[in-house]
Amino acid sequence: MATQHSRSAARLMMAPAVTLLLGWMLVPLAMTLYFSFKKYLPLRGGDLGWVGFENYVRFVTSSAFWPSIQTTLVIVGGVLVITTVLGVALALLLDQPMWGQGPVRILVIAPFFVMPTVSALVWKNMFMDPNYGLLADLWRAFGAEPVQWLSQASVPSIIMIVAWQWLPFATLILLTAIQSLDSEQLEAAEMDGAPSPKRFWYIILPHLGRAISVVILIQTIFLLGIFAEIFVTTGGAFGTKTLTYLIYQRVLESQNVGLGSAGGVYAIILANILAIFLMRIVGKNLDN
Amino acid sequence: MGRIVLEKVVKRFGQAEVIPPLDLTIEDGEFTVFVGPSGCGKSTLLRLIAGLEDVSSGRIVIDGTDATELAPAKRGLAMVFQSYALYPHMTVRRNIAFPMKMAGMDQAEQDRRIAKAAEALNLTDYLDRKPGQLSGGQRQRVAIGRAIVREPQAFLFDEPLSNLDAALRVGMRLEISELHKRLNTTMIYVTHDQVEAMTMADKIVVLRAGHIEQVGSPLDLYRTPRNLFVAGFIGSPRMNFIDGAEAAKHGAHTIGIRPEHMEVSSTSGLWKGRVGVAEHLGSDTFIHVHDTGLAETMTIRVDGEVDLHHGDTVYMTPREEMLHRFDAQGLRMAEVGVPA
Repeated sequence: MATQHSRSAARLMMAPAVTLLLGWMLVPLAMTLYFSFKKYLPLRGGDLGWVGFENYVRFVTSSAFWPSIQTTLVIVGGVLVITTVLGVALALLLDQPMWGQGPVRILVIAPFFVMPTVSALVWKNMFMDPNYGLLADLWRAFGAEPVQWLSQASVPSIIMIVAWQWLPFATLILLTAIQSLDSEQLEAAEMDGAPSPKRFWYIILPHLGRAISVVILIQTIFLLGIFAEIFVTTGGAFGTKTLTYLIYQRVLESQNVGLGSAGGVYAIILANILAIFLMRIVGKNLDN
Repeated sequence: MGRIVLEKVVKRFGQAEVIPPLDLTIEDGEFTVFVGPSGCGKSTLLRLIAGLEDVSSGRIVIDGTDATELAPAKRGLAMVFQSYALYPHMTVRRNIAFPMKMAGMDQAEQDRRIAKAAEALNLTDYLDRKPGQLSGGQRQRVAIGRAIVREPQAFLFDEPLSNLDAALRVGMRLEISELHKRLNTTMIYVTHDQVEAMTMADKIVVLRAGHIEQVGSPLDLYRTPRNLFVAGFIGSPRMNFIDGAEAAKHGAHTIGIRPEHMEVSSTSGLWKGRVGVAEHLGSDTFIHVHDTGLAETMTIRVDGEVDLHHGDTVYMTPREEMLHRFDAQGLRMAEVGVPA
């Protein structure tokens, strides 16, 4: 009886929060779906009525669609590779006992606290500017012609900026995972004749499997939506137009809300496809 | 073969000297148990032999070769850890195969050894499971299997039974003893449990604060403990110690008498006391006696059941020839007429 009562009381008390969250998610989703079936041009006549799937067809057949998907996947994939590989390496280093461990760990985590817009501006102006950027100085110091980072190597530049922001996150999660490894396992492997590269490969890396899949899952969700870094640096030029950025251009630059909403629905579908794959992988890892 | 000699081995962690200069020889094929209270350095000593810790000074000789600077894997020793240290993402088969795989042994030989070890340890049906799906005793056996297949010169056990429940512990104790009889390989076994030490060892090394207090066969230690510490540590229930006038009667600073070496009576005897708690185990009874005027409490062990209860008056008579005499430094004194 008591549990029955407390269960219904719990439901009642959770209701406001659940309703708010549901509304928060459902209202924008419903509005996106609603607009995606309309011809809606705010500055050119406003709501021009229902058009069925025309927006969906136009969005996919536009010449910018497939390149934007490709750019999105390249950027997400590139950042994931860099952050997990360097994250594992940094976590291994930070796990070693050393002088000044506390401050060093805080410094490593620091980039995560910098807002995306700010860090993109810092990279753009301080490092990547071909005239007065630090990288340009470095290139000149070796007598080389400075690279026009954001136009000549635009996608790698953006990958670098975003990876710099997300590396601390990966490092932090992987570091805690490494610290949870039973040291007796490593000692047993050492006695079993495994030198340290093999100990890493056979013991540490499998132990990190779960943490790595969590890092990949969470980062993918956030990286699919990166926007500020592109907006501030290239403005979508030089092949850096991701799906998110394309949607932004359709809605705000072309002032075509219907077309942009259709793109938004595609983005939802893409994110869900990726999420299902990732959940499967993570689920498999969590089972063991 | 597996003869291990420690020569003046010292281990320091920073300023703290954990193991003062220590000499010890472990003969080939011997089952040696390091026993002592927690923090006495027994595990450190084992890790020094294994090579998981570096010695600060001194030499470790295994099988005639100086192994002091050798890497752990090159010493020909296999270790079973307290947490078993199985690799959780590998099946039992791959766990057992791991040391052989690292040694680059050919697959047929690996399979042969795995089959043999699995048979000996009753693991054949579990080879394709992961350690997480096994019970504590089975995990323990996998850890032993992983050690056996290497055919090492000596096995090192670091409190291997402390994570098992009491019934399983007795079973595994027997299995390890039988394994030793069958393989006849040197084994070094660390425990804080003197019952394990007494039942399994050929040779017991009693340690306290890094010092070796006494080395000997279980019965040597039981019969002629060299000092108060060993006398109190070996034997269960503990030996009773009596200081003062009663000890002086025997010309000693302290006398000790084991609980099983006293006659008990409800009518007459040498010492008188009041029964506190009587623990009836069926096979025997432990009686804790207060108000003897000799020591805080004294314990008597009586065969079978006795009709003594809380508050009863009880008389105890020690068997004179079983009295242990210790001097003011706590060292054993010579028996009357017999040199110690």
